[in-house]
Amino acid sequence: MDAFLAQLWIARWPLFDGFLMTIGISVGAIVFGTILGCIVGIQLVFAPLWLRLPFRAYVDIMRGTPLLVLILAAFYIPAVMGLSLSAAQAGTLALGLFAGAHIGELVRGSLQAIPPGQIEAGRSIGLTFPQILANVLLPQALRTSLPPWINTGVELIKGSSLLSMIGVGELLLKSQEVIGRNFMTIQFYVFAGILYLLVNVTLDLLGKSLERRLGARL
Amino acid sequence: MTKIDTARPLLDIRGLKKNFGAVEILKGVDLSLQPKDVVSIIGSSGSGKTTLLRCVNLLEEFQGGDIILDGETIGYKTVGAKRTRLRDAELSRQRAMTGMVFQSFNLFPHLTAAGNVMLGLRKVKKLGKEEAFAIAEKWLIRVGLGPRLDHYPSQLSGGQQQRVAIARALAMNPKLVLLDEVTSALDPELVQEVLTTIKSIADDGATLLIVTHEMRFAREVSSRIVFMEQGRIAEEGTPSEIFGEGRSQRLNEFLKSSRH
Repeated sequence: MDAFLAQLWIARWPLFDGFLMTIGISVGAIVFGTILGCIVGIQLVFAPLWLRLPFRAYVDIMRGTPLLVLILAAFYIPAVMGLSLSAAQAGTLALGLFAGAHIGELVRGSLQAIPPGQIEAGRSIGLTFPQILANVLLPQALRTSLPPWINTGVELIKGSSLLSMIGVGELLLKSQEVIGRNFMTIQFYVFAGILYLLVNVTLDLLGKSLERRLGARL
Repeated sequence: MTKIDTARPLLDIRGLKKNFGAVEILKGVDLSLQPKDVVSIIGSSGSGKTTLLRCVNLLEEFQGGDIILDGETIGYKTVGAKRTRLRDAELSRQRAMTGMVFQSFNLFPHLTAAGNVMLGLRKVKKLGKEEAFAIAEKWLIRVGLGPRLDHYPSQLSGGQQQRVAIARALAMNPKLVLLDEVTSALDPELVQEVLTTIKSIADDGATLLIVTHEMRFAREVSSRIVFMEQGRIAEEGTPSEIFGEGRSQRLNEFLKSSRH
């Protein structure tokens, strides 16, 4: 144990950098994915058919492809097209597109679960459709989307470990580098696992308390 | 100089036709309301009375005829021979001229009673927060819900929810209020508080167009009653004409069957 703690102390800064990278990429991806997901969800419900089709295709492709394949695609395809993205940027893009499809489906389901009388009530007091969306539909849809949205966040944090495959210096890759120097394989994998767990449990608790606060109103 | 009654009707429905696919729901309805009129529409389900109300609030498209509200033709514009539905922003402006109260309340569950009433005031009338709140408070007190300003719809009874919905419609100061079977979803013991509220609003001089199954209420509150049957107005008259002697056989049957 002492030997592990000594090695942990030596490796503290690389591991901390990796941890920050994991958090940074996950936050970036969930923000990007949430904005994208709201747009996608709204289009899937309210857009005319011809406009709905490309969004439907996007969602189905993203949800039907393994995350690792998406990550590799985001890493290699832009390079071929002459766009230079860093590995971290490509990884965030892949995770964000993946999250956008999942959140898009969540938002779609939540919007469709709202009784049509809500739109009519908004119309009857003279709200325009964008106003109804912003003040009546989205506040309700986002509330019901909250628990599965937290799940998506947890999936993203775990999924970010796949970015080690394209050389992003996040927590898993940094742990592997440390293991490469001190050969304490089990100890440092377990340590990384515990860090992932802590972050996800914290996120889950945060979501639960938010849910309780909002739940009383619906 | 002869004195003629030039009062322009507040609502003038002319030859209104509406169909869902091949099914004709409204087959040419003419109806006009003067300011402060309280008109109740009665008739069996499927007669088109709710659809008529929804057309007036532009919640439904209609295929023929005109609806003229306070001198303005609403919902459509006709250029040459081409009749087109107005754009969303235009429809919204026209919808704000009428208030609607629904059978199923349709309160916004994520907003308090005051928040429900304030939304239209803030977003449509662009009032400031304090001003909107003052108006919401005034109306909620008016419908007897002063102590319930901060309650969410889920914390209110059906009758209270429906009274919030009435306050939400009236706070917008509409020219005309449409009431669509507003007590049909209520438990029997909650019906009266809502009817009393509507009666007092009618007494204050609001113009109301009511669809109802409450015959006694219709008789009490209305200046005129319209009996609809199969998408047409079959009879129209004062409450004493409609409920008195000399009515048609069909109306007789309807009134008999609607008595519990």
